Amino acid sequence: VRDVPRAVGTNVRRKDGDAKVTGAAKYIDDLTFPGMLYGATIRSTIPRGRISGRRVSLPPDFIVADHRDIPGKNYVALIEPDQPCLAVDEVRHVAEPILLIAHAGKHALIDIERRIAIDYQAATPNYDPEKSDLCFKEISIDKGRIELGLRNADRVIDGEYRTGHQEQLYIETNGVIAVPGDGRITVYGSLQCPYYVHKALMVALNLPPDRVRVIQTETGGGFGGKEEYPSMLACHAAILARKAGRPVKMIYDRVEDLVATTKRHPSIVRHRTGLSRDGRLTAMDIDVIMDGGAYATLSAVVLSRGVIHAAGPYRCDHVRIRGRAMMTHTPPNGAFRGFGAPQTQFAVEAHMDRIAEQLGIDPVRLREINALKPGDTTATGQRLGKDASALPVLREAVKRSAFRKKRRQLTGTNRGIGLSLFFHGSGFTGGGEVKLASKASLELTASGARILVGSTEIGQGTRTMHAQIVADALGVPFEAIDVHEVDTGCVPDSGPTVASRTCMIVGKLLERCARDMRARLGGLTPAQYFRQHGSFTVTAQYEPPPGLQWDDERYAGDAYGSYAWSCNVVELEVDPVTLEVTPVQVTAVAEIGKAIHPMMAVGQIEGGTAQGIGYALTEEVVMKDGRMANAQLTNYIIPTPLDAAAIDVAILERPYVHGPFGAKGVGEMPIDGPAPAVINALRHCGFDVRSIPATPERLLAAGRRLKAEG
Amino acid sequence: MKIVVNGRAHKITAHPMKRLLDVLREDCGLTGTKEGCGEGECGACTVLIDGVAVDSCLVPAVHAEGRQVITIEGAARTPTGKALQNAFVEHGGAQCGICTPGMILAAAPLRRGASLHQIKTALAGNLCRCTGYPAIFRSVEAALHKKVKRGRSR
Repeated sequence: VRDVPRAVGTNVRRKDGDAKVTGAAKYIDDLTFPGMLYGATIRSTIPRGRISGRRVSLPPDFIVADHRDIPGKNYVALIEPDQPCLAVDEVRHVAEPILLIAHAGKHALIDIERRIAIDYQAATPNYDPEKSDLCFKEISIDKGRIELGLRNADRVIDGEYRTGHQEQLYIETNGVIAVPGDGRITVYGSLQCPYYVHKALMVALNLPPDRVRVIQTETGGGFGGKEEYPSMLACHAAILARKAGRPVKMIYDRVEDLVATTKRHPSIVRHRTGLSRDGRLTAMDIDVIMDGGAYATLSAVVLSRGVIHAAGPYRCDHVRIRGRAMMTHTPPNGAFRGFGAPQTQFAVEAHMDRIAEQLGIDPVRLREINALKPGDTTATGQRLGKDASALPVLREAVKRSAFRKKRRQLTGTNRGIGLSLFFHGSGFTGGGEVKLASKASLELTASGARILVGSTEIGQGTRTMHAQIVADALGVPFEAIDVHEVDTGCVPDSGPTVASRTCMIVGKLLERCARDMRARLGGLTPAQYFRQHGSFTVTAQYEPPPGLQWDDERYAGDAYGSYAWSCNVVELEVDPVTLEVTPVQVTAVAEIGKAIHPMMAVGQIEGGTAQGIGYALTEEVVMKDGRMANAQLTNYIIPTPLDAAAIDVAILERPYVHGPFGAKGVGEMPIDGPAPAVINALRHCGFDVRSIPATPERLLAAGRRLKAEG
Repeated sequence: MKIVVNGRAHKITAHPMKRLLDVLREDCGLTGTKEGCGEGECGACTVLIDGVAVDSCLVPAVHAEGRQVITIEGAARTPTGKALQNAFVEHGGAQCGICTPGMILAAAPLRRGASLHQIKTALAGNLCRCTGYPAIFRSVEAALHKKVKRGRSR
């Protein structure tokens, strides 16, 4: 037994920190290659129609590519083969890519679209998901008998709730560089999921796996916005690079990034809820509609997570959830932190406060009566383990925020206080992790070990957190662990860096690697073993924890290995004249199993909470004729330093037995709760708002009840 | 044009209206200065000109002629630069890192002992999407104050 300070649970210095504060860290736009060209995209200007002509007359020093330059299949390989890399004759949304142009001079591409004419035969677009005739995915969850639950109810309460688009707004826009050569392609890029890009390139370029290489550069934020979109962009750069025979860099400017790339799915959620007189849920009938935009992308899985979380963290014997993701003629919506759960938990949590109001029950009491406890079953019938923590987070948040006292004191003033209770499943849904069959490797080095995973650092702390887990499992100092860059030529496919899975799932694989390696060292230190026997590599592959079962046909069973739990309290002030809302104090209590790096975990919670406050109040994507009309940071408003609400974060730890050192996921959950807590605080102020963002215009339309409820 | 960047004189042959951001990144080879929006909203491209924080995407290079420009690569040359850089690592102010150079340079002109309100005002033109800002405020406070309470929230 070696005397090594423990790394897990301490705030070790993050591995990427020093390079990021000195300007040394290399992001995609910081790289250049000899002979490199710059690429641009010519996009559709209409939402729906047929392309009847392309008129391009550019000097020969411009490289122009269209769909005929795609050697493989013309779609972005993800789930459905429906989204073309480059439009052939049909256009389904504004900003759909049609042509690619490359030139040696970046400035030669400014306003390039003015020198190219695309002719269209326009058709009538549809922007209403409820009027769409194309459903990408339909999911039903049935627990118990909904009719019986409604029949047994003393009261039935209905409600409809809507959420808008939200932009991820990573500060570094999307960008890649494709480098051709010798029948191969190498793509460098700002991305979350190198193996998604790898697969898309293989399909579009018709290349075998060993001729495609994807390398992640330092990535300036993702939030889901660099989950699937970089696959499209990488194919574009690769098509141009192959045609030009030279490296091609494509970096979107902010307007293009906002207009063309994915957003959070807008939603319409309807609840019909049966209750006993004393506030017990007897039936939850929920209908979820998500606006998928023009192509399927990830809508099926976003919908899946959305419906699974739609009943909230509540116990109810009779639940029916219907979910549909519908096609509309807007740019495809896609992954964004929370992945469907923020929309559906906004609805259920706003609905709970309306129920409390109508039954005359305190909103905390209503949640205490119904909150899931260990041993209860969720909407999919998953029986919860000892780490189910809805009640502990609720009680801690109520206590820390002095919720009840403030609720009384603020009644009838321009201030209000509201809360939300929520949960978030860690890892891929249902059988997803089994299908992914992720791998992680650990290589012995002269001074310790090197981590080889496909999981990306996008700011959340992947490298540091993984190194902490390995250090402790291997029994060596944190500094003895290095992390290989994410290069598909060297690291295994650890699955995508999404779904709050990088710590709980990939971290667990690394813990297993480290324990195996430790056993093989047989009491020697890594340095001693390395000197005597040289290096070796250990690989672990995902195996489901014993007893985990999922029925994809019936959408029933253990939807996730575990859940993290959280409660938000928001205190805010409404300006009675302008109806502007200022969050004053936010409390966020989160139960995450084990905080591997407490400071980074707090960073995830604070950052996600702020992003959720933006979602609730200011972040409005204005769509005009199928195009984002406010595609600038001047008028798409995210929180600034002066808007930052004070956030009181408390972390609770109830270890999950199959997580590394007990850890569960933390990255996404913080964005699930702020919006309903804001809306419930506005309700406390007398504003009956049921859609977000709750802009002054929406508050004005909702009107204020003179006598606010206590 | 002659521009002094991080104490070193650079002779630049470029259009005088070329953005200072591009001159720094392309002509001086200093890629630590980042572009986030190109319209002066996000502050990722913040540099100091004669000690004043500016958005280098809005400044024509000619405006920097004969002036002292400090970028993140030279931040340690300012009185608080090194302390700020260290504090952003130690207190979680840097996550994805793309806003970090701008944040550090926007904070650099602050005096030691600046209040939270002064810090927020200095950073008002800089956007961060990862942290929600509290960790950035804690980092700046830690750098500017000798003793700082390492609370989890503020």
